[in-house]
Amino acid sequence: MNIIWFWVLSGMLAVYALLDGYDLGVGTLHLWIARGDEQRRTSLNAIGPVWNGNEVWLLAAGGMMVVSFPRVYASGFSGFYLALMVVLWLLILRGISIEFRSQLPHPLWRTFWDTGFWLGSLLVALLLGVALGNVLRGLPVGADGYFQGTFTLLLNPYSLLTGIFALAALAWHGTNYLRVKTEGEMLERSRKAASVLFWVALALTLAATVATFAVRQDAGVNFLAYPEGFVLPLLVVAGFVGGFIARTNERDRLSLWSSTAVIAGLLGSAALTVYPNLLTSTLNPAYSLTIYNAASSPRALRDSLLANVVGMVAVILYMIYVHRTFSGKVQVREHGHY
Amino acid sequence: MKTAVFAHRIQFALTVMFHYLFPILTMGLGFFIALFSVLHLITGDRRYMNAAKFWVRIFAVNFALGVVTGIPLEFEFGTNWSRMSALGGGVFGQTLPLEGVYAFFLESGFLGLFLFGENRVKRWVHCMSGVGVSAGSLLSGYFIVATNAWMQHPVGYSLEPSGGIRLQSFWAVLLNPFAGWQYAHVINGALLAAAFVMGGVGAFYILSGRHTNFARLSVKVAVVAGVILSLTQLFPTGDMNSRDVVRYQPLKLATMEGLFETEKGAPIAIIGMPDTPHQRLIDPVYVPEFLSFLAYGNLRATVEGLNSYPKDLWPPVELTYYTYHIMAGLGTIFIAQMLVGLFLLLWGKVYSTRWFLWSLMLAIPFPYIANEAGWVVTEVGRQPWVVYGLLKTAAGTSANVAAGETVFTTLGFAGLYLLLGLLFCFLVGRIIWNGPEEV
Ligand code: HDD
Ligand code: HEM
Ligand code: HEM
Repeated sequence: MNIIWFWVLSGMLAVYALLDGYDLGVGTLHLWIARGDEQRRTSLNAIGPVWNGNEVWLLAAGGMMVVSFPRVYASGFSGFYLALMVVLWLLILRGISIEFRSQLPHPLWRTFWDTGFWLGSLLVALLLGVALGNVLRGLPVGADGYFQGTFTLLLNPYSLLTGIFALAALAWHGTNYLRVKTEGEMLERSRKAASVLFWVALALTLAATVATFAVRQDAGVNFLAYPEGFVLPLLVVAGFVGGFIARTNERDRLSLWSSTAVIAGLLGSAALTVYPNLLTSTLNPAYSLTIYNAASSPRALRDSLLANVVGMVAVILYMIYVHRTFSGKVQVREHGHY
Repeated sequence: MKTAVFAHRIQFALTVMFHYLFPILTMGLGFFIALFSVLHLITGDRRYMNAAKFWVRIFAVNFALGVVTGIPLEFEFGTNWSRMSALGGGVFGQTLPLEGVYAFFLESGFLGLFLFGENRVKRWVHCMSGVGVSAGSLLSGYFIVATNAWMQHPVGYSLEPSGGIRLQSFWAVLLNPFAGWQYAHVINGALLAAAFVMGGVGAFYILSGRHTNFARLSVKVAVVAGVILSLTQLFPTGDMNSRDVVRYQPLKLATMEGLFETEKGAPIAIIGMPDTPHQRLIDPVYVPEFLSFLAYGNLRATVEGLNSYPKDLWPPVELTYYTYHIMAGLGTIFIAQMLVGLFLLLWGKVYSTRWFLWSLMLAIPFPYIANEAGWVVTEVGRQPWVVYGLLKTAAGTSANVAAGETVFTTLGFAGLYLLLGLLFCFLVGRIIWNGPEEV
């Protein structure tokens, strides 16, 4: 049960990273790829019907963490207190920018919110990467299961590297999404950006992998213990191969699937690397919060799993329906809400 | 330590109270929008579609603010209340993912369809997605109220020898007896507020001689819905809510009513100012024996006063007492106002009675005040407990967060929310100023 929950949570977070990832990526390049009001509106309408639903994956994952591993939720969220508050402010800025931009026609108003959308997306992507880096690297979790994560502690070279990596990977993912959703000038620009970002993402993936082996002695151990885990890095490799093939031509969908595979594979590998720890203590391995010592009672785990599985199946079905309804190129003039 | 706890409480109170300003309309107006689109589908009357289209513009701005201010709250269970989450996450946390999975996905998915899909999906699908948004927001209200109800009246758990708690029954948590009437009262309050908003905006248009067709429909719907809802706000939902308080939290009842001494045949104070050091009400106006009747349905029943409890378990008396009287007092005024409106409507004079239209227009903020006051009663009245009888507020906060951090971020939220509030008023004011399309 504890093991299932570990993978359910990792899966939820990975889906969040994939779905909200393209929204964040679109935002990160908003000011460059979309030029002029109509293109900016295209880019917003491309994510408009889905961005809020995508963010709910994060909320649902958070809720699931409260029920399944309450001590991790408590320790991680209070430990990252300041950083999370900044993330919250950025999420507020970003959401409001998307929704308010088109309320007024004034060009200064629109430029202001375009910038807000860009900055919010960029910094959120970066900070999510920093958080991932710190979880991988380990934190000074004490005997009581808590730590105090000051900014000086959190912003170490390794997690800055993972932060920049996340930024590049999501930006690549976002341009791939725009390749599928746009036409004309924006499509051209997205393709150009994607072909550069492909190389950046690849280089940073290699750098981050090497760095992970440097900061964690036990990196890779789990792969030997669970050889089936090798599919995850293979997925990453396959993604990069696909991305390479699709990098300069019309195979926009292949390119989107490639970045999807890369991100999913990398997050899966990261999860397998820390398993069965959720928060690794750098002070004393015995203080680490694991899927056993941080979990709720077996009954709580079972009931919650049963209660949510039914709903998740329904959610997946109608999310597919919504995505299909809005599939194809964005037509701002006919269908734009923003 | 004390400052740190206080800072966490202020931060949570600020963020949750600001958030709650928006769910009121999401739930309340969402229902009326769904109603208008269904009516349009059935009758084909363009006026309904027109009304739905106008209100959905306000709804969208409101919804955006509801979403962005809701996300911090979900985080705050971990960031501010980590010791409470660590203790009870497996129990009260049951409802949190359900809210995401069963309600927020529904809401956001269907809102996307409703706003963007008008030309992409069939008309009935479009209409049903409006209903889906409303259903999603009403459901999300239930899950979060059930979470809150568990903190008011913890059920479905057992104590472990180690001091922890574990889940005994999922259904007991989900169907907490405290949640039922609380939910009914909350939803009713949200619908009532939405009716007042519609009525107030309609009255504004009639008074300024614009959009009269649309305005008459709004005022009519508002008055009819308002009469029913203001009555059900008092009875049964408010009344039954009080009975749950009597049963599960008698001390809170005594605080709400400013009842210092235990009394047989206790009177109810209509007005009066509590003087806690001297344990009395100043200038009270009493209805004799009525409190006993309300609480137990019997004029001679004994009602426990604050004195029956040790002083260190008393909630802040003044705040609980006043907010309760503000809520109930406003509720009474709403009933009177809406009854007058119904009378004028039946008499055929409601659209030409200017003083009534003025009163309707100026009434818009008051249901908001009543709703917020209600939450303050509920939350402050259960102090010093964060989980009633189980965990003190001071023991539920995050101990590893320095007071300075919380003070700093609270100031940040205060500034940010001030700006958001101004923006909201500006944008909604603009939508109202520009008005609906003419039919
Ligand atoms: C009874 C109603 C009610 C109450 C008491 C609360 N909320 Fe709320 N909340 C809603 C009713 C609601 C809603 C009507 O469902 C909203 C408003 C706008 C929206 O998108 O949904 C919402 C939005 C909303 C969101 C954003 C959802 C999204 O992205 O779609 C979150 C994370 C929360 N809420 C969480 C909370 C928490 C943790 C609360 C208490 C501590 C809370 N809400 C109080
Ligand atoms: C329904 C979901 C809600 C939950 C789970 C919840 C939970 C909590 C918690 C944990 C506290 C901290 C204890 C404390 O400091 O008093 C609190 C306090 C508070 N809540 Fe709620 N609350 C909810 C809804 C609301 C709403 C909707 C409002 C008002 C709009 C509200 C108003 C307050 C206030 C004013 C306090 C501070 C009281 C004080 O510190 O004395 N709550 N609530
Ligand atoms: C007319 C007389 C009213 C009575 C007798 C009444 C009764 C109550 C009681 C006893 C509570 C506290 C429940 C608790 O502590 O758990 C409460 C809470 C509340 N009230 Fe009222 N109420 C009235 C009017 C109103 C009005 C007009 C509104 C708003 C439009 C409103 C909105 C709320 C809200 C939002 C809460 C907090 C949630 C809850 O606990 O139900 N009430 N009410």
